[in-house]
Formats: sequence, C-alpha cells, structure tokens
Amino acid sequence: MTRQAEAVAIATRAEEAAKGLLRFLTCGSVDDGKSTLIGRLLYDSKLIMEDQLRSLADDSKKHGTVGEDIDLALLVDGLEAERQQGITIDVAYRFFSTARRSFIVADTPGHEQYSRNMATGASTCDLAIILIDARKGVLTQTLRHSYLVHLLGIKHVVLAVNKMDLVGFAEERFEEIVADYRDATSQLAFLDVLPIPLSARFGDNVTMPSNRMPWYRGPMLLEHLEAVDVTVDAGRSAFALPVQWVNRPHQDFRGFAGTVVSGRIAAGDPVVVAKSGRATRVSRIVTADGDRADATTGQAVTLVLDEEIDIARGDVLVEPRARPEVADQFAAHLFWMHEEPLLPGRRYVLKLGTQLIPATITSIRHKIDVNTQEQRPGRTLELNEIAFCNLHTTQPITFTPYTENRDLGGFILIDRTSNQTVGAGMVEFGLRRASNIHHQHLDIDKARRAAQKGQKPCLVWFTGLSGAGKSTIANILERKLVAHGAHTYLLDGDNVRHGLNKDLGFTDADRVENIRRVGEVAKLMVDAGLIVLASFISPFRDERRMVRDLLGEGEFIEVFVDTPLAIAETRDTKGLYKKARAGQIKHFTGIDSPYEPPEQAEVTVATGELSAEAAADQILAYLTSHL
Amino acid sequence: MTETRQDIVQYAARFDPAMPRRSSTLSSHLRALEAESIFIMREVAAEMANPVLLYSIGKDSSVMLHLAMKAFWPAKPPFPLMHIATGWDFRDMIVHRDQLTGALGLRLLVEANEAVAAAGSTPFNTDSREWARLMLIDALKAGMDRHGFDAAFGGGRRDEEKSRAKERVFSVRSAGHGWDPRNQRPELWHLYNTRVARGETIRVFPLSNWTEFDIWEYIRLEQIPVVPLYFAKRRPMVDRGGTLIMVDDERMQFQPGETAAERLVRFRTLGDWPLSGAIESDADTVEQVIAEMLSARTSERQGRLVDSDEAASMEKKKREGYF
Ligand SMILES: Nc1nc2c(ncn2[C@@H]2O[C@H](COP(=O)(O)OP(=O)(O)O)[C@@H](O)[C@H]2O)c(=O)[nH]1
Repeated sequence: MTRQAEAVAIATRAEEAAKGLLRFLTCGSVDDGKSTLIGRLLYDSKLIMEDQLRSLADDSKKHGTVGEDIDLALLVDGLEAERQQGITIDVAYRFFSTARRSFIVADTPGHEQYSRNMATGASTCDLAIILIDARKGVLTQTLRHSYLVHLLGIKHVVLAVNKMDLVGFAEERFEEIVADYRDATSQLAFLDVLPIPLSARFGDNVTMPSNRMPWYRGPMLLEHLEAVDVTVDAGRSAFALPVQWVNRPHQDFRGFAGTVVSGRIAAGDPVVVAKSGRATRVSRIVTADGDRADATTGQAVTLVLDEEIDIARGDVLVEPRARPEVADQFAAHLFWMHEEPLLPGRRYVLKLGTQLIPATITSIRHKIDVNTQEQRPGRTLELNEIAFCNLHTTQPITFTPYTENRDLGGFILIDRTSNQTVGAGMVEFGLRRASNIHHQHLDIDKARRAAQKGQKPCLVWFTGLSGAGKSTIANILERKLVAHGAHTYLLDGDNVRHGLNKDLGFTDADRVENIRRVGEVAKLMVDAGLIVLASFISPFRDERRMVRDLLGEGEFIEVFVDTPLAIAETRDTKGLYKKARAGQIKHFTGIDSPYEPPEQAEVTVATGELSAEAAADQILAYLTSHL
Repeated sequence: MTETRQDIVQYAARFDPAMPRRSSTLSSHLRALEAESIFIMREVAAEMANPVLLYSIGKDSSVMLHLAMKAFWPAKPPFPLMHIATGWDFRDMIVHRDQLTGALGLRLLVEANEAVAAAGSTPFNTDSREWARLMLIDALKAGMDRHGFDAAFGGGRRDEEKSRAKERVFSVRSAGHGWDPRNQRPELWHLYNTRVARGETIRVFPLSNWTEFDIWEYIRLEQIPVVPLYFAKRRPMVDRGGTLIMVDDERMQFQPGETAAERLVRFRTLGDWPLSGAIESDADTVEQVIAEMLSARTSERQGRLVDSDEAASMEKKKREGYF
C-alpha cells in the first residue's frame, strides 16, 4: 500500500469515527431472519475476515439452511450448542462500522421466555429494528417486542418487513402490514417508526437499493441507520451528575468524579446536592486532558466545587432550577428477571445511578400482560412478568421519571442472599405520602414513653419449626418479665392470624406479607415503649432480617428455638405434621416448605436438652444483661 | 544495560499535574468509548474492596492502563497492577513493563508459577494448552487468592470471537474462580451489580465494547507507548511449519535443520516468545499498522491474517484474565 493510500485510509476511518456511535437492538421471532439481517450488515460492511469467511463456508455446508449459498446467519450465532438448536439465547453484541458511523448491535432472541434478554439489550439502545416476516405479518410477538421497546424508552423504530421475495415484492402486502402495525401500536410512545420492505437473504434495501421494489421510495436500512438522529436535546435538559467516586489524592485537591447524565455544566455554574439541598458553585471541571470550560451529557469528568460541603458517592449534583425528586416512595414499572418470584414486602437492594439502598415493593398496583398490554391484578411477579408497583426505600433517594432520563430513572433490584440481579425498574413518579408522614413531628417520642415505663423497649423474636416450643417458651418468658415489673405484649399466630392477617394463607408470598405486617405492628409497639415477644415460625432469613432492619440497633433479639424436625414431629401437639405428611396441608414448614435457620441469632435455645422453663431463663438472662 | 525508552519517559511526564495538559483529538465515537470505560473503572474502585488490574503488557493492557490513569487523575489509580509472568515473555515486554510502571510510579505485582518452572517445564517440552493452564490460569488464581483481590480488570473485547460477544462487562467467578454461564447477571443500562459472596470474585472488562480498530486508533490519537514488537523490524526468526518464531534468547531449542535468519517482521499479538507467531510486514509506525490492518480486512490475498492459533489464544487468555 502506498503512503498516500495509507493516509487516505486513515483519514476516511477518522472521518467516519467523527460521526459517532449508534447502539441499536434487533428483535424478531425465530426464523424471521434476524441473524441473516445482522450477518448481511456485517458482511456488506466488509468486516468479515477471510478466515471467518472460510469457516463460514464450511459451517454453511454443515448447519446452513440455504443449500449451497453462504448462510449469513451463521456469522452471528455464537455458541456451538445454541447453534445446533438454531436459536440464540442471550444478548450478543456485534460491532460494525461504515464510512459514516460506528454501530453496536444488541442481538437478542425473540421468544417470550427471553424477554429479559430483550429488556437487557434494549436498555442501552437508542433504536430498535422490529422484524416481521412478510408472509406472517404482525404477530403477537411483534406486539410484545414493540411494547418492551417502548417500555425501555426507545424512541426510534424501524419496522423491517423481511422476506419480501417470498411475497412477490408486493406493495399491497407491505402496506397492509404497515397499516396493521400502526393500528396495533398507536398507544406506544415512539417518536418515529420507519417501515422498510426488504430481503435480508438477498440484500434488497438492506445495504443496496432494490430494483425489485421500485414502488418503495424511502431509504435503505443502512442508509437510515447512518443518518438517523437519536440525540436527546442536551440544551433543554437540566444538568445532573451522580457522584461516583471522591477524588482526594492529597490535602489540596478534592474532586467529585462522575459522568454527566443530563444537560451541561460550565465552570462557575451554581449546583446543589439534590438530597441535602446544599448549594455551591463549580470552580473547575477537571480531566486528565486538562480543565474544561464545560461538560455535557456522556462525559466523564471530575468536578471541583467552591466550598467544602458534605458530598459522598450516591449524591447527585444538579442544577438549582430543575431538581430531581427526592423521596422514599415511588411508583415504577418493574420487570422481573429471575426464576424466584418477587415477594412484596421482602427487602431487596436497589441500585439507581450510584445509589445503593434497601427497598421493598409495598404493593403491586397491577400486572401487565406483555402480549396484550392488558392489566391484571396480582400479588407476585414471575420471571419475565411486568407490573406497575409502589416501592419504598429505607431512606429517600434521588430520581427522575424514567421517561425523562434513563440514568436517573432506571434501577435494578438485587437479592440480598443470592446477590443476583432479580428485577429491573423504570420510575414513573414519586409518591409524596412518605415525606409527609416523616415530617409530622411528634413531641412525645419513643424514649419518653420508654422512660415512663422504666424499661428499654425491644422485640424478642422467636423463630423455629412448628412444635418447636416457641409459644410455650414465650408465654413463660412473658410471665417472668411481668413478674419483674416489665410492660410486655405477646404477638403470635393465634392473635394475629384471626384478625390482622386473616386474609393471608401460607404461600411464600403470604408468609412474607404476614411477617411484614407483624414486623410493622411490633415496631409500633416498641415505639410505644413495650417489650414485645413475637412467636412465629418465620422460616425465611430475609424476612427476619427485614424485621430486624425495621428496628433500631440492638432492639431486635432473635431467639432461635432449635428443635430438630424429628422431635418437633413426634411432639406434633396440634396434629399438623400428620396432616402435612398426608398431604392435607400444603406449604408446611419442614415438610414441603423450607426452614432457613438463623445464622447469627442473639440467643439459641436447644429444646432437645433444655426444659421450656430453663430456656425462658436463658433468654431472660440475656435480656437482663443486654437491656 | 537496557536503553531508556524515551517514549515512555515523555508519556509518564504527561500525567504530572505540573505539566501542561495535551488536549484530546479523539473522535466522538472514541470519546464515548473512553467515557464508558472510565465510568466502569470508577464503579469498581468505589464498590469493590480490593481490585487489581491484570496487566499483560500488550496493546489492550496499554489502553486499559491509560484509561485507568485518566479515570482517577490527578490521583493515581487506586489499585495495583498484576502481571502473570511465565519466565518466557519477550524481553522487550519486560523492559516495557518495568520502565512504564516505574515512570508512572505504580505498584506492580508479578506472579508466577515457580513450582512448574522449577520442575523443568518449558514451552518447548509442554503441550501449549497445558502450559497456558499451569503458567497463566493457575498462577492467576493463586495470585488472586494470595492477595485477596475481589475484582480484576481484564482487557477482553466482545469483538474477539463469537462466544465473547455474549460476555458481561462484570463477570462473576465462583470461589474456585470458575465461570458458570448460568450464574451471570443481566446488565441493564450502566447499572453494574458488584455484590459478591465471600470468596467470589468479579472479572471486569472495561474494553468490552471496543474493537481492534478502536484500540489502535486510540493508541495512535492518544500517543500511548506500546511494546516495539508490534512494529516491523529485522529480527532473528525461525520458520517452523509456516509459523515465524523469534529467537529471543539462548534458550531457543532448534529442531534439526533449523537456523535463525533475519526477517522483517512484526507481531499482532504478544505472549511467550516461543509460542508467538510473527507476520512479515514493513509497517513500523502505528499509522502503518492501522493501514495494514484495514487493507487486510478487504484484501483478496490469502494468508495475510494467518496468525499462529497458539499465540493468538495465548494473548487472548491473558487479556481475558485467563478463562
Ligand atoms: N427467502 C428469504 N429467506 C430469508 C430471508 N431472511 C432470512 N431468510 C431465511 O429464514 C431462515 C431464518 O433466518 P435466521 O436469520 O436464522 O432467523 P432468526 O431466527 O430470526 O435469526 C433462514 O433459512 C434464512 O435463510 C429473506 O429475506 N428471504
């Protein structure tokens, strides 16, 4: 290659790179031609190396579906096992570039059981290509894909009507499909939907114009991808930067590192910390390439502020005139991504921006059928289901509605035990209720009430199998406490299940709700100054931890009544084990529902060795030395 | 006596807060990739207790290190570098490593599987896959465990091969450093879930969305020093069944009839010298390397891209944090 040609090659590449990056998603059902289409884009943009081509030719003979031709779909199907099944089952990212733009393609499978993969892929994309097989037209899955794309906030859609060769390149068929689609999706918030008739296999209207469809006057697919403008107007949106990391190399420098997620900031501009309301000014915008006069959306910078104010990771620096919401309750669309269902009332870890905070789903307003968008009532959420919910965080967080900003309105939920990402959410609006309640100042407080009773209030939580001896021991302990002049109250299945919780059964979800309500009631009673004894099987660690987290430091005393199943079952005072074994009672702890023993109970009483009386004494001894 | 690499000295001076900054000439596409990688690195620094950067001295590591220098500037990256050495790295690589980390003032840990080396194993008498397992994979696991690292940056890219296209940016490893495809978490938006149980670790790939071309363009525009082996030079080579192997030191084991001959070559990937194949080329600047790469993509000529599989997979293993 001559030096001149070299220079030209580099200049062209540099020029194309200047045009920036487009991330798009392809959605289609199996066999709509999604892989063929992506393969075609990669192939025609000359990104296929010769060695890849050679292996493609081999593969086409082995697995291909197009006879002797090269099967472009094989370029993009990843793992061998998946390839054999003929489907892709995860999000795969592909890269190609043309003289005008670079592209990252999120390639996701279309089956309903892979909706979570589609949501994942869509979350970082600005455009979606929705594929339709011209012979089949608009199908249920087309609507599902469109709804998910809409839900994840993608505003630009290409309706790729593929396999036009198999319908004789007929304009009427194309127009019919387009009309059907517009009809079915009129409720969705897309800015533009561009329908293109094409044939992925033969290349018509993908990267080359088709002379077989002279009636089509719009752009080819690639042409459109190169030209489409997906920028959100940064001038209009207000500045926000979630603080990621505090940069403090020495005494004289203190900067707040983060990526601008909205708007623009210039040195000298005023900013406030969204949560605390503290105000200051930006004195420098630092990068390793030198200080900048300003920074805009997407840039990773380090801000130095005029005054030393208290700021940490999780804070959001914003423009004073347009502050995001700060609340501990909000409504959101929630997409469930895990095999283990969502349990309202259970505590999860929520990550929004750089904020990490415990959160619970307080109620499911309604579930949404992904295929029809119909609303249905529901109490739990299963894998791939979507609901509109209310959430509660243990402390206020900073957010905006997802439709205004993905980075300040999108969140994930993490299971505290398995650490898996179990849900993804999109904030709709904040609920003011919580902050109002918080602001009601109470003159008589917990300490005042406790002092009046001359005791330190607490919650003694008995957990263990049915028949372990929880209630017996709790009763004895309460007698002894009262004899010592304490003010107590005993909560157990008998006085709760018949009233407060009579609407609940014994499914996992109901057990969680049962414990949540008991926890809240106990919290109020502790607030009233009482020593509360609670005796519940409470088989799940997470729920016990949820109750623990409701109370103050040292106020929750977990007592593990440790009785082996065999012993509890022989006692069988209420005959319940027998019924459970006979299958007459479902979800019975120890039989067909798990019991998770505490890992760090404050007190463990081994009833195999101790009498109930001795067990109560052991707990009393703990209470007197710790309260 | 090894010469001082002037390009490294000048490069390190750029990060001195007292020196004038050089302004960025990156395209918007590369700026977006750079910002994304910096974001990822800051997340790890903020959320993980004890991260490390796996530094394999190649071009991807050079870019990754550069990004780390930028992400935390004017502070130094708040984590050390770890190089898994086999004892058979090219000498030029070790020079590059030592001079660069020295000039930047970074903490470098060098880990090696001493037991295997002591037992007399070499790349000449050991099956190459076994060699990689012992010298790279095992040594890496041991290094992670010894220092108690809970996160490790690796230079893997999704464009490398089809199966990598599905790798997460944050890839969770079990307590025994195993990779369970079913235990990988969905990654939405830029919300990375960094929570792990005791003993579990995370491999983090900040270059996931970069292509090979992006890497070279970035090296060119940011003027990042790389090991000179990437550029063409006359070097003593042995042609072994079509693979060009460089005689880097006296431990070379010649096969009957083999002799070394000077040839104008460069390397596309770097690893252990007895396992790295060179290509014949006269590209001796970054610009020419890029030009050659671009023309290779569209070239009709066969054979230009053929790399030794072993060498390629070796570097890939290193970059990926040794799967
Ligand atoms: N006739 C015709 N066949 C196509 C077209 N696009 C894809 N196909 C074929 O449809 C089948 C499924 O394509 P593939 O890309 O694997 O579908 P995917 O499951 O959506 O990835 C393959 O046999 C393709 O060759 C097209 O435009 N016209």
